[in-house]
Amino acid sequence: MRITSVVVALLLIGTHMPVVHAQDLADEVAELRALLTEVQQDYEARISDLEIRLAKAEQLASGAKREATEAFDIAEQTAIDQSAGTSAANTFNPALGAVLSGLYSDNDGFELGEAEINLKADVDDRFFGNLTFAIGEEGGEGVVELEEAWLQTTSLPGGVTLRGGRFFSGAGYLNEFHVHVDDFVDRPLPYQAFYDGRYKVDGLQARWVARTSMLFELGAEASTSGETLLANVGGDIGVSNSWQVGMSWVKTDPDALIGDGELALVDFVWKWAPNGNSGQRSFKLQGEYFSSEESGWYLQGVWQFLPQWRAGLRHDTVEAADRDSLMLDWSPSEYSRLRLQYTNDRVLAETDDQWFLQYIMSLGAHGAHQF
Amino acid sequence: MRSMLLSITILLLPAGASALEVFACEPEWASLVSELAGDDANVTVATTAFQDPHRLQAKPSLIAAIRKADLVICTGADLEIGWLPLLLRRGGNPEIFMASEFVRKLEVPQVINRSQGDIHPQGNPHVHLDPRNIRRVAAALAERLAEMDANNATYYNARLADFQARWSDALVAWDQRAMSLAGLEVASHHRSFSYLANWLGLDIVATIESKPGIPPSGAQLAALLESLSGNPPVVVVRTPYENEKPSLWLTERLSVPAIRLPYTISGNAAVTDLFTLFDETLRILEEYR
Repeated sequence: MRITSVVVALLLIGTHMPVVHAQDLADEVAELRALLTEVQQDYEARISDLEIRLAKAEQLASGAKREATEAFDIAEQTAIDQSAGTSAANTFNPALGAVLSGLYSDNDGFELGEAEINLKADVDDRFFGNLTFAIGEEGGEGVVELEEAWLQTTSLPGGVTLRGGRFFSGAGYLNEFHVHVDDFVDRPLPYQAFYDGRYKVDGLQARWVARTSMLFELGAEASTSGETLLANVGGDIGVSNSWQVGMSWVKTDPDALIGDGELALVDFVWKWAPNGNSGQRSFKLQGEYFSSEESGWYLQGVWQFLPQWRAGLRHDTVEAADRDSLMLDWSPSEYSRLRLQYTNDRVLAETDDQWFLQYIMSLGAHGAHQF
Repeated sequence: MRSMLLSITILLLPAGASALEVFACEPEWASLVSELAGDDANVTVATTAFQDPHRLQAKPSLIAAIRKADLVICTGADLEIGWLPLLLRRGGNPEIFMASEFVRKLEVPQVINRSQGDIHPQGNPHVHLDPRNIRRVAAALAERLAEMDANNATYYNARLADFQARWSDALVAWDQRAMSLAGLEVASHHRSFSYLANWLGLDIVATIESKPGIPPSGAQLAALLESLSGNPPVVVVRTPYENEKPSLWLTERLSVPAIRLPYTISGNAAVTDLFTLFDETLRILEEYR
């Protein structure tokens, strides 16, 4: 609009220049100047107005962007928090697990195994605690037996761990395992003869793992039953094989579990799985030798031939007595196992054929198993 | 250009006197540590692509390895519950970094009961197959490395920036390729590919394990065959460590291919790091779109 009037005015100046008087010309120039100044001011005002609006828009946009980022971060954090589960008064309860087992043998009929209850948790940033008790029956009376009640350090430097309380001695490969993970219905003969099934002590254990690429571990125990020294070495051969060899020496009261009060043990285990993947197929060979006044040993192999099926063969002997056992077990999941076992028992003068059917079921928290 | 400058910066920064000893439960995290720490970390990895991370054993070599570790990096969400706690109690007291804590978990179960199979109360643990999760974990891991080894904090931050820049570029390209895969109907052996499917928009129409962690029975496979025969998936995928037999049984009868995706580093010969893991995974899937 204003541009048009300026152009018209300029055109008028152009056309009428020769015929206008000097005074009129001067007035007109002044008027045009004023007009031009007005236009200039108007445009400046508009530009600065636009600049302000632009700055405002930019501010809004960056604000919006910031808000969007914040909203996204909050949404993501909420999602992460929610996906982590909720907290409740029992959040810090120890991991609780129970094992139920039972056995049918052709000699003794049905026999309810001990029900084992286990509680474990980190005590704080320095200690870990573990409690296991077994509930069973002896002569018609209910019996609760304290199997394990120990604390272990979790933050000592230099690869040292201390364990105190009641625990399964580290002397002997099988000794530290709970019975429910055994590969056969009963413990091998040397365990029954020298350890009465297992060597459980009340005392203190110290272990040290060396800072080497292969496992090298030393341990010592002092307990109300006596003293123990132990050493383990182990490693891998390729990706498919793992092995461990252990030696231990046990000194105890001659009246206690073991022969003349001194016992030396050597144990080994070798595990194979294709590519080290034990989900489908695997093989395990283990053996232990016990030497005291008397001596005994066992050797057993377990072959997992299908993901849920395993077969095992064991020979165990103490002095002149020996047995052979054959087992087949089916584990629908890692929490349940059904087992059939045949044992040819030559412990007594007369050979005895024994058949067993066993179930082992694990409820609740089911801790990691050692190698 | 930016990435080149960063590379030069990284070369000039001191790498510290003693390297961090890192124990990684799975190869994908070992690879991430190498990206972020370079020669500043000696990484030992507990499993290969051919070993089921659910089912490893606390073997002697791993006790020795964790004994040396300053930092343990694992997936968490109970993936390693069967072996890691025992290693940690035997071997020492390293710092622990659980990658799944930094990402949103999928398939968090509403009912926590073992009758549902080997479920993970915290959700599906196979988080690394979504590259956006790798980005999140990388940021958190670099922060942890910088905290642990404060003298080299600048070095870790520079490497993180370099990695994130390369990862973002790669992600743009992958996202582009992902568009053609959206809606692809697949079946998988286990729920190992949920995060991959979520990212790519794959449609997982069935899992061969009717309950996670429990091998399918003959009857379950037959029922699955029947339900899929009307509208079979384009392809049935599995990881290198999973049993191939159920997949092969099913795919023979459905006349569709059964394929092994790399799943993690060294899952096939072409996968040497996290970048090639996604390159290869996409390349294989693109053959079936």
